[in-house]
Amino acid sequence: MNETLSNRRKEAAPFPARDRNWHPAADTPGYKSTVLRAPKKALIAFESTLSEKTGPAFGHNMLGELDNDLIHNFAKAGGSAIGERIVVHGRVLDEMGRPVPDVLVEYWQANAGGRYRHKKESYIAPLDPNFGGFGRSITDREGYYYFRTIKPGPYPWPNGVNDWRPAHIHFSVFGSGFAQRLITQMYFEGDPMVAKCPILNTISDKRAVEQLTAPLDWANSIPMDSLAYKFDIVLRGRRSTFFENRAEGN
Amino acid sequence: MVQALNQFKETPSQTAGPYVHIGAVPNFCGITGVYPEDLGKTMVSDGVRGERITVTGRVIDGGGNPVGDCVVEIWQADAGGIFNSPEEHRAGADPYFTGFGRCPADTDGRYSFETIKPGPVPGPGGATMAPHITFWIVARGINIGLHTRMYFSDEETANAQDPVLAMARPLGREATLIGKREGDTVRFDIHLQGENETVFFDV
Repeated sequence: MNETLSNRRKEAAPFPARDRNWHPAADTPGYKSTVLRAPKKALIAFESTLSEKTGPAFGHNMLGELDNDLIHNFAKAGGSAIGERIVVHGRVLDEMGRPVPDVLVEYWQANAGGRYRHKKESYIAPLDPNFGGFGRSITDREGYYYFRTIKPGPYPWPNGVNDWRPAHIHFSVFGSGFAQRLITQMYFEGDPMVAKCPILNTISDKRAVEQLTAPLDWANSIPMDSLAYKFDIVLRGRRSTFFENRAEGN
Repeated sequence: MVQALNQFKETPSQTAGPYVHIGAVPNFCGITGVYPEDLGKTMVSDGVRGERITVTGRVIDGGGNPVGDCVVEIWQADAGGIFNSPEEHRAGADPYFTGFGRCPADTDGRYSFETIKPGPVPGPGGATMAPHITFWIVARGINIGLHTRMYFSDEETANAQDPVLAMARPLGREATLIGKREGDTVRFDIHLQGENETVFFDV
């Protein structure tokens, strides 16, 4: 038997299984693009190994000064983006309620009129010359992130004859392990379009939709400057490693 | 009444959408001057240990069409089988290798990574996992990121011992997880749906 060294670092704990009834299914015909892009065969499940329990880390020194300021990070000198000025902030936590520090959070969105700065986008609403529509943060030691932006507008998309996306901001989050990797969308409290959206309706549980809806956060609004919305993100937790699995006889 | 568990639900996934490039790879879609370089574009720097390889392939949908708007991410160990991650509990990883890559597909559905061949990694129950690269694919029409692995065709002996490939073998689907080695290039096509559907994992 190997000698157990008291200062030896323990192997990272595995992640509890994902609740795939909580997440959207792959094949959701109301959102038509899923029809040819959803695997038809069952996923093969196994408990996370080192390949999934580890993941890339990104240093705070990677960030530019304006990376979390979408009102200014693409604007010409002295300019700023047009629209409702808001601050979006929250914590990245895991399922056990622990903060997830030092992880990269990326976000992207349309401008106030619902127009994306993308070559494939052809919506007639104009681009805002002072708005790029993306940014990134790294969570602090308590798992907090924040950014400043303008509230995106809704936009039409070719799904049904007259489908519109609710106002939303896309989020991409890295955890400490690659199995925590998550891309999602944040919606805004009180938006009547949320209930009609085929992409949101890929989620069957109403509580899960509520988890994607950011409330107006009056207390953290900045007087005479910006309203605030709070959006906490929950990544998969890590199981406690009480005992390691060991084949009998070892 | 029993005690409350006080656990949270994971934030539900949503599609990355067709404009994922704006946030993930802005320079690729022509929005320059904000980030110096797209994240995950460069995996290796001078002095890297190991065998330099190009991993490339196409992502194809259930109708045989290229998935031209997807973003592919990879995560892998260094040449010694060590991950460049704070969660790595063994010896230090090669500082000249990040282990993380991100690549937007072109209109033909093709992605490409300049990387190194990873070493074998310890698996569950004392088994050794054959050299492999973890893939994660997001796109319009994919509601939750698809997780798979690429193994190497020139590692037959190690592949035969691999505990994950052993789960795909009885289903007759092992071949969908093997990248074809041709010189310094490894070709690995990903079929989201249909006859040659790639094995995807719930991990």
